Parts: sequence; structure tokens; C-alpha cells
Amino acid sequence: MNLKIAYNIAQTHLLTKKKQTMVAMLGVTFGIAMFIVMISFMQGVNQFLEDSALDASPHVRIYKQITSDRPSIIQTINPDGFNVVHHQKPKQELARIKNGLVIARHIEQQPEVLGVSPQVSTQVFFNVGSVPVPGTLAGVDVQREEKLYRLSKRMKSGTIEDLQSNSNGVILGRLLARKLNLKVGDKVNVTSSTGGTALLRVVGVFSFGIQTVDDARGYVNQAKVQELIQKDANYITDLHIKMKDPMQAIPFGQQLARQYDYKVEDWATANQAILAGEKIRGVMTFVVSFTLLVVAGFGIYNIMNMNVMNKIKDIAILKATGFGGKDVIAIFMIQSIIIGFLGAVLGVMIGFSLSYLLSITPFNAGDFLAIDTFPVKFDLKYYVMGVLFGVITTLLAGYFPSKRAAKIDPVEILRG
Amino acid sequence: MNSQRTAVLKATHINKYFTEPVRFQVLKDISFEVQKGEFLSIIGKSGCGKSTLLYILSTMDTSYEGTLEVNGQPLTGRSQDQLAAFRNEHLGFVFQFHFLLPEFSVLQNVMLPGLKLGKFPAREVEERAYQKLRLVDMHEHALKPSSKLSGGQQQRVAIARALINEPTIIMGDEPTGNLDKANSEMVFDIFREISRTNGQTIITVTHDPDFAAGGDRIMEMSDGKIISHGYEAKI
Repeated sequence: MNLKIAYNIAQTHLLTKKKQTMVAMLGVTFGIAMFIVMISFMQGVNQFLEDSALDASPHVRIYKQITSDRPSIIQTINPDGFNVVHHQKPKQELARIKNGLVIARHIEQQPEVLGVSPQVSTQVFFNVGSVPVPGTLAGVDVQREEKLYRLSKRMKSGTIEDLQSNSNGVILGRLLARKLNLKVGDKVNVTSSTGGTALLRVVGVFSFGIQTVDDARGYVNQAKVQELIQKDANYITDLHIKMKDPMQAIPFGQQLARQYDYKVEDWATANQAILAGEKIRGVMTFVVSFTLLVVAGFGIYNIMNMNVMNKIKDIAILKATGFGGKDVIAIFMIQSIIIGFLGAVLGVMIGFSLSYLLSITPFNAGDFLAIDTFPVKFDLKYYVMGVLFGVITTLLAGYFPSKRAAKIDPVEILRG
Repeated sequence: MNSQRTAVLKATHINKYFTEPVRFQVLKDISFEVQKGEFLSIIGKSGCGKSTLLYILSTMDTSYEGTLEVNGQPLTGRSQDQLAAFRNEHLGFVFQFHFLLPEFSVLQNVMLPGLKLGKFPAREVEERAYQKLRLVDMHEHALKPSSKLSGGQQQRVAIARALINEPTIIMGDEPTGNLDKANSEMVFDIFREISRTNGQTIITVTHDPDFAAGGDRIMEMSDGKIISHGYEAKI
């Protein structure tokens, strides 16, 4: 088999039918461009949601879970018996993590941990005039919180240092501040669920871009919350842990769960909705992209079939003059490959341009998401995948007509 | 006629059936030999099976009974690709309807079988193609697209193409069937010339009595059988 002649013949065929070649090529181009735009956009959305979830929430959170799912006393005494206990109440116990600060120090020493922030969080009411607005106060060590969440980058007004220097200071979420009609320098009265009250001064406003956080959370100094709920300085309810690699959070969380008798929750468990959405978007992207490529494949199949039909006399003459079935297959396969490859390259370029345009298109997501333009992820992987898909589709689409061409019986054609 | 008598083509007991629409025997026990350098014409009425026979001899039709030997090589039962390679090297074809590839230039048409053979580098194949085109007096049109030629010109290019690999046998299926008298004569002269000077064997199926008469031997067929091998006439 001589590929060079096959290539020359294929090239001549393609160049004499430029229009047809272009149509076949544009089919591939369109398919791949859409594939790239879709997958870049979808993955961009996934990435954005994951990032914002990861940014604003701990990779691993340790807290005391107060639930009633403990075994009843009768169950412990008489484990084999038929015991029925209705409506068991939780034990009266504190939501504290014993030795929280010691545990925090211990975890902080692990090499894969970026930082640990012990917190005291409690439900409170912010009193605006006579209306109580529910919210959460997180008593934090500002420096540690800064290390975990880069809080200073998220300040809309005020600075985190103001919180450190003011023991009565509070930094409010943007939406909460708006709801309460508070600005930096204003004072607000809070009431805890245990009845304690405190007068706090707003020293800053932050925004994570996540509604549930911005709408309810306020940061205060740890001592202030402990004072508000009348607990000692070792009273810690939550340990927030950030890992150097978020993926490490799951095994690390499992390890912690074995070590300590507290509820350990990693980000993947806490954000299952986001991860499920990600999976669904992933499947959708592939289904739609695959469909586009199949349609493009059928386009090529049709055109190659037509091409073979039009060239039936030429094929017969080539076979008569000594070209074998393999040569004929090569001639038509080379045409498909050229169409596929050029189409794919063009598709990649168009796909990139469209993705770029999309990534700079302004998009107003309102208060819900902190985002100015559509999120688009640029990843070489998708472009390689697009080209591979395109070439494979055209190979398949070209193979069957080529096979058919190879089977043409020259006698039938030449005898007329 | 050549004094040396070496058979370049030998057909033995060839039978061929058409199965569509009903089973019908087209060729009945055909056996004959063709000598090296011989200019053989096969004549007969339409439907007598002469074209069918030619396509069997050309190795393109493989569904027959009997054996075929060319150049001392048995060809019956070989695979399509082996036969294609054999045709490329040893057989040349000229059809009634020129059958050039329309997208290619005259020169490329002639060169293609030579490039396929791959015995010589492209430059040399080109040189040879020019030489063959000169033989059929078409060298001035070498770079024209083949679709721009007249019928007679195309047929001459087809002959040049058939000659490019110096085949042992050149086969013609009514090579003058579609040409006027002047062009027919020209084609005949070229055939006569290559048979005489190159010692290449020529087998043509023809309706043209003048064309047949100019050859070395006329084999006549009727109803799927050879009724005259043509030796008698020469004696």
C-alpha cells in the first residue's frame, strides 16, 4: 500500500469538491466548538460553585452533635429483648467540645492541615427597634479566621483589625447589615437564646457571596460570645479545619472521627447538593456534546457516502489499473481524516473564541452569587478531548463508506 | 509473426454462469492460449460472451470455473488484492469509454499506475509517462485536465496509461468502439506498433472488422463457445 498516492488522490478529490468538503468540515467544527463551549461553561459553573462553597466553609468541621439517637437505658441493659421506647428526649448536655483548644493545637500540627479555627457559635436575635432578626454569632480568633477564610479580602467596609481592637465589635454579613439597616459605627443590641444581652458596635461588613452566610452571620471576638452565653474561656463549640489539599479532607475527616468522639463533617458531605448538581451537569454536558458529535458524524457519513457514489467509476478504474481494496479504503479514509482534523482544529479555535467571549460577558447574579461574568473554565484537557472526539467520529463515519468503496466490483461498473 | 511460441496466457476449461435473473451459462468450456507478442482479436455477436471472457482474462471477474494462467503464473483462486497487484504490473487496459480520472491531469492519469507499482521513483515515472504520451502523440497535452480532451484524445491517453508499467498483455474492450474512423486508425496503429516493436501481447474484443483483420489472429465466438480459433484462417 502506498499512502503517498492515496494521499495525493484524496487531496485532489477534496480540492475539486471544495464546497462539499467545507460542509462536511463545518459539521465537525460546529460539533466540537459547541462541545468545548458547553464543557468549559459547565465545568466553570461547577468550579465556581465548588470554590465558593469551599472558600466560605471549612474543609472539615468538628462539632458536638446533640441528638436523641443514643441507645435507651433499657436497650443497654437488655440488648436482646424487645424494647420499645417512644419519644426519647436528648440528654441535657452542653454543645461544647471538651479541651477544644488542645485538640485544635494538636490538629494544627498535622502536616496536611493549613489551619484550624476554634469557634463559639450561638443563635442570637439582633434587635432592630422592636423587631428581632434571627442570626448567628460566631466567636472567633480573628487572626486564625483570616488564615482560613482570607476574611480581610471579603470586607466590604471596615477592617478585621478593628474587631481585634474593639472587644464589643461585630462584623456583619452584607445582607444582614442591610436588613438591620446598620452601617459601620452603628450599635446593635443582641439577645442570645439563653437570655444574655450585649450591645455591639458594627466595625465592618463582609460578603462571601453566599446568601446563607451573608444573610445571617456576624463575627465577634470569642470572649464576647462566651460572655454572652455565660460560659468560660475554654468553651468551644466548633473546630473549623482547612486542608492544604481539599481532597485530603475526606480521609482526614475519617481519621479524626476515629480519634475524637465528636461529629466530624467534611465539605463533600456538607455540600452534597452542589456535588450532585455537578454530576448532573457533567452527564448533561456529555450527552449533549455526544449528540452534537454524532450528528456531525452522520453528516460526514452522508457526504462520504455521496462522495463514494459519485466516484464509483473512478474507483472501478483505479481497481482495474491495480489499486487494491486497501488503497481505496486509504483514499477515502484519508479524506475523512483530513476533514475531521481540519474541522476539529477550526472547532477548537471557534470553541475557544466563544468560551472567551462568554467568560467576559457581564452576568448579574444579584445578591445570590458573587460573580460579574459567566464562569468559564479553560482547560487544555477539553480541547484535546474535542479533537480526539472529532477525529474518532470522522474515522468511524468515514470507515463504512470507504469499506463500501473497497467492495465495489469494477466489472459491473466498467461493463456499463 | 513471432517464430518463438511461448504462451503468455493460457485459459483452460473456463465455464461461467450468470445467476440473475435465471441461471444461464455464458461461457462453455473455453480453452485457448495466446502467444507472446501476438495481436489477438476476439469477435462475435453481441451477447456471445466475448466481453465476459475478457473480464475473466483481465482477472477482475473471479467467479468462474476452470483455470487461468498468465505469464506462467496460475491466477485462479488468488485474493482480490493479490490480483490487483498482478494487474498493476502485468496487465494494461483500454476500455470502450476512455475512463480517465476527470479531476487529474493527463500526466497524472498516466502516472498513477506507475506510482502505485512503486518500482521507480516519481521523477522517473514522470519521465516514462512523457515517453508513453509521446508514443500516442499526446505529450503536448500532458498538463491539461483530462476532462478537457476529446474522446479520441482521451482514448490515446488511456493507452499511454495502459503502457506505463510495461505490461506483458494489453487488453482492450472495444477500444475503438466509440471513435470515428481517423481516431480508430490511430489507435490501431499504436496497438500494431507496440505489439511489433515491444513484443507486448494484445487481446482486444472488437466489433470492428477492419481492426480485427489488421491483427495477427481472429478468434470468433458464438453462444459462449469458441467457434474459430483463427489458426485455420492463417493457414
